[in-house]
Amino acid sequence: MATATAPAEPAAPARNEHPLLLLTTRRLGIGVLTLFVVAAIVFLATEVLPGNAAYAVLGRNANPARLHAMERQLHLNQGLLAQFWTWLSGLLTGKLGTSLANGQPVWGLVEPRLINSAALVIVTGVIGTVIGVTLGAVAALRKDGWFDHISSVAALTVTSLPEFIVAIGLIILFSTVVLHLLPAVSLLPPGVYPWSQPELLILPVATLVIVIVPYIFRMMRAAMIEALESDYVEMARLKGVPEWRIVLGHALPNSIAPTIQVIGLNFLYLAGGVVLVEYVFNYPGIGQGLVFAVDNRDIPVIQFIVVVLAAFYVCVNIGSDVIALLATPRRRIPR
Amino acid sequence: MAGSAPAVPPGAPPPPAAAAAEAAPPAARTGRHPWLSVLWSAARTPRGGAGLTMALLVVLVAVAGPAVSPHSPTDLVTLTFAKPSGKFPLGGDFLGRDVLSRVLNGGWLLLLMAVAATAIGIVAGAAAGIAAAYLHGAPDGIIMRTVDVILAFPQLVFALLLLSLLGPKLWLIVLAVGLSHAPAVARVIRSATLDITERDYVKVAELQGMRPVKVMAKEILPNLISPLMVEAGLRLTYSIVIIAGLAFLGFGQPPPTANWGTMINENRIGLQLNPWAVIAPAVLIALLTVGTNTFTDAVARVAIGVDRRPEEAALLDDLGPEQV
Amino acid sequence: MAGYEQIHADPALSPPADEARLDVRGLEVRLGRTGPDVVSEVSFTVQAGQVLGLVGESGSGKTTVVLALLGHARRGLSISSGEVRVDGVDLLRLPAAQLRAVRGARVAYVPQDPSAALNPALRVGTQLKEAIRVHPGAVEDPRARIREVLQEAQLDATPDLLHRYPHQLSGGQQQRVALAMAFACRPSLIVLDEPTTGLDVSTQRHVLDTIRSLCAAYGVAAVYVSHDLAVVGGLVSDVAVMYSGRIIEVGSTARVFGDPLHPYTRGLLTAVPSPLQATRLTGIDGQPPRPGRRPAGCSFAPRCGFATSECRSQQPEPVLIDARAVRCMRVAQVRESSTGVAAALSHVAAAAGEVPVLSVREVSAGYGRRPVLTGVDLDVPAESCVAVVGESGSGKTTLARCIVGLHGNWTGDIRFEGTSLAASARDRPRQTLRRVQYIFQNPYTSLNPRKTVGQIVAQPLEQYLRLGYRERSQRAAKALEDVSLGADFLSRYPDQLSGGERQRVAIARALVVEPDLLICDEVTSALDVSVQAVIVEQLRGLQAEHRIAMIFITHNLALVRSIAQSVVVLRDGAVVEAGPVGQVLDRPADPYTARLMQDVPKLTRPGLPGPSAQSAAASEPAAP
Repeated sequence: MATATAPAEPAAPARNEHPLLLLTTRRLGIGVLTLFVVAAIVFLATEVLPGNAAYAVLGRNANPARLHAMERQLHLNQGLLAQFWTWLSGLLTGKLGTSLANGQPVWGLVEPRLINSAALVIVTGVIGTVIGVTLGAVAALRKDGWFDHISSVAALTVTSLPEFIVAIGLIILFSTVVLHLLPAVSLLPPGVYPWSQPELLILPVATLVIVIVPYIFRMMRAAMIEALESDYVEMARLKGVPEWRIVLGHALPNSIAPTIQVIGLNFLYLAGGVVLVEYVFNYPGIGQGLVFAVDNRDIPVIQFIVVVLAAFYVCVNIGSDVIALLATPRRRIPR
Repeated sequence: MAGSAPAVPPGAPPPPAAAAAEAAPPAARTGRHPWLSVLWSAARTPRGGAGLTMALLVVLVAVAGPAVSPHSPTDLVTLTFAKPSGKFPLGGDFLGRDVLSRVLNGGWLLLLMAVAATAIGIVAGAAAGIAAAYLHGAPDGIIMRTVDVILAFPQLVFALLLLSLLGPKLWLIVLAVGLSHAPAVARVIRSATLDITERDYVKVAELQGMRPVKVMAKEILPNLISPLMVEAGLRLTYSIVIIAGLAFLGFGQPPPTANWGTMINENRIGLQLNPWAVIAPAVLIALLTVGTNTFTDAVARVAIGVDRRPEEAALLDDLGPEQV
Repeated sequence: MAGYEQIHADPALSPPADEARLDVRGLEVRLGRTGPDVVSEVSFTVQAGQVLGLVGESGSGKTTVVLALLGHARRGLSISSGEVRVDGVDLLRLPAAQLRAVRGARVAYVPQDPSAALNPALRVGTQLKEAIRVHPGAVEDPRARIREVLQEAQLDATPDLLHRYPHQLSGGQQQRVALAMAFACRPSLIVLDEPTTGLDVSTQRHVLDTIRSLCAAYGVAAVYVSHDLAVVGGLVSDVAVMYSGRIIEVGSTARVFGDPLHPYTRGLLTAVPSPLQATRLTGIDGQPPRPGRRPAGCSFAPRCGFATSECRSQQPEPVLIDARAVRCMRVAQVRESSTGVAAALSHVAAAAGEVPVLSVREVSAGYGRRPVLTGVDLDVPAESCVAVVGESGSGKTTLARCIVGLHGNWTGDIRFEGTSLAASARDRPRQTLRRVQYIFQNPYTSLNPRKTVGQIVAQPLEQYLRLGYRERSQRAAKALEDVSLGADFLSRYPDQLSGGERQRVAIARALVVEPDLLICDEVTSALDVSVQAVIVEQLRGLQAEHRIAMIFITHNLALVRSIAQSVVVLRDGAVVEAGPVGQVLDRPADPYTARLMQDVPKLTRPGLPGPSAQSAAASEPAAP
């Protein structure tokens, strides 16, 4: 503190590195590293099988000739490192080998499923976010009112329901026992994409929306309440700021960052949640593909799908962190 | 505040910021058995009481069920998807077995597996989390990077991957589900421990020459009871969800053993004929997960002191910043 | 003169208060809608151009009162009755829309902690503009007004400043922004809620100067809340002392501070340490009752030496006496007893020439690449107390942590009784650890909440001395007795104790192993001044009784005289001045020490013998 006039303390000089850039590059680096380790684990897991992968796949049908052919197909005749390299470079160049179940190229099998699952996840994410954020904000504003109580209890109840129970419940309600409004299964013929038959998406999307909304709702509500009970909102009230302006101008900007991270987490959850829901509705996405592949021990397909899901995880994580950082000046701008 | 306990989907890392603030270690609670007093207070709240009742009801069905089951769960005693009748109150399943007997027999193993998986997840996660936070430096780095990697697999996918490689064995399901909990538990416990490690009483113990293992066990662990209880409840709910889900996908006990998850899948083709074969196990699973989760939420609220008496809120008013 | 007469219950006796800017009558705030009262029977008036100081310790209800002046009650509280008239308009009867229009325009608020009260997501300029824009018509040219008011708050209204976020400003700058915001619409009443708490003494003095000049320039009525009597003393014309939700004494500052009549006011004043003279601090034992658990009679009776059975059964009404109102039935007796003046204190000089218990040489330390201490020297003679004084960030706590071995990353030499100490506590022998004990600043985090007081105090006996259970319990009980805590405390848990009791447990834990050196790190900064006085006196007594050496670390220059024989002044990690207390504080050689001495708020108590005469007398024997 120098003198009373002039800015009392000189502000610390801004650091050269921009925090945003620093964080993004750091996260990207860690993300790439994580992915590499994930790939290595997925690959090695097939190596530590009792016996070897070829034997595990063939099971009782193993005979020396078939084992040998299978070993070649899985590149088991090479050294471990060479095998890993062959597989990793295949992963990066799109040469993913062929399915053990039906001999078709893995990429050809998985690509349409990827598109179908992406459609499901994106539609669910958008609808779930809008509903969750809106309900959360309303509940926070009416804290301890009837809407808040009912929606909080409902959120708590729904959060704990397994997604396949929700799906079965919806099927009972809308497709079989009670009403017959919607298809119980969402079979898509090959080459047909969900947007051409949107009614097939309704129940799978509804299931996933029901599952993710409570999380977004609760985080939005909690963050909003924390902001509304903060000193700066009290200060705004005491300087005569109208209530609507306090909500939109003071509380909302501060509750967005934590909510964004929960929305990101819900996209991550969807990556796993699609497995059961796609299976229930027979929806041809990667989740269903994974269940089939696990049933058939179709190792190349399993490996690829698991790596794709991990990559999705890493990307969403980085994305939500960066967006949350952008929404938080305290962290974005150094002192 | 609602966002307290399960604000995060299964397998996801805990959200930072606001939720973390809520999950901060609670104000100290007195009593020789603080966990008992917290559980007791939680059970006496309306929500906690309702949750506990729901969960205990299902546990009763699962545990006492085999003893009171009217038929063998595996014998074909009636018609395929027979409608409910006096002799078969819930009708028949897709092979003509008694649904009621299968419901009464199909729960105990699910419960046992869920509890075991939860125990594995909590013990492994807590040990990793406490060690990472207290020892910091290299151990912290190694543990938390491992956590990051495991978190990149969705929980169900992690379990599926292990099962696909080693075959659908029950102990493997328990181990896989338990291990898939560990990273999330480790993250929560690590941040709670970091907070406690900053407390001066830990430094006092260090100045008294206490060994690190003893500091972790005697000074830190007793202060983690509340977050551990909340995590245990949360992970138990998720264990039930995942293990039932795996059974639904066909990764459970091999047929013809009864299992609620499997029952839902194998009988859903007959929803039009005898919906009870699906509804009964589905309702039981739902009651169990909703019950455990609701009770956990009540525990979290009590532990964090959300239902804090207004008197304390008023007193906090006049505490200056120096009163931290 | 503020209308302290208004406090009288009978309105017929009160003169009309038409000319008062602020007229508060019978204000009452309850827990919930119908719960016990937190604050009640609060009445006072403030005229234009005057500043009323509202003082009280934590929990006294002062913040609750000033928030009610803006018609606001925190969550869980409600204003249940009373009037708050500003220029004749009762704010508590206004409809919500009109109340909103008054807030910020006619009545403005300056928060306690601007770092929390400024919205972290909005730029400073946006928040200032908003304060004006929500009151259309209050100011003709908002842009020019912001520039003007920032200048008056001693800030440069550069586009750069307006473009910053709050976290990019220093604490002093943040408070100036809050002040500018409060004065922006030229209010007629301004409420300041501990606006300088948490600022360094020099920053505090500058901000206080700004507040004084702003209040004078605008001719506003102001209510200034503080727990720090010395700060209030230099600023306000009238003072109201709060205890347990009521105003127990109100009158002109000169009268109340010069000749306090309520036993609580007296206790409070003798508890305030003076930077100018060494005084024996007399605190007030016990703690104020919580709302809902207040006794039937006078709330202060359980802690009061004058209390009679009447005091315990009957609520005292305010009595007009000696141009002020006092809520005490025994005021006549109190008045006859000797004035609440702190007794002067003389220290025994430290034995010179002995080998120091502890000697610190050329110690430098840092966190990462950031240096915190550079070449610090320090000697602690046997059986004496050395005060280490410095502002926040001066490195005083780091120095203590280097000495005890909590901060292992330092260079230099620290010798304890001639033997060099290992850098980290991990590498020190158990008996060395035992002989150097450390008491932490915050008693709310230094006691494990899962252990009983008995376990906490006995733990070092187990760790250092491997004593058996019976021996441990006996010694623990004895140690608690030394700090005036009875055996019934053994089985209690820390959250059942008050802050002062917790700190006494921490002292007992340190002394139970009979150390040779005690390091007290800001041990009273988390406590109220009346409790601080008790703890400081107890520490001084115990130090003499156990004949141990002590390092007393503090940011509070005033405390130094009451406990230490020599003092070391730290600034930015280096020693700027060291020597006997009297010499350093009375004739500071370093300009920094001189500035600190000048800026530290001093409790001026008119009507008493001048401090200069006393200080000379007191400091004389302290010099070796």
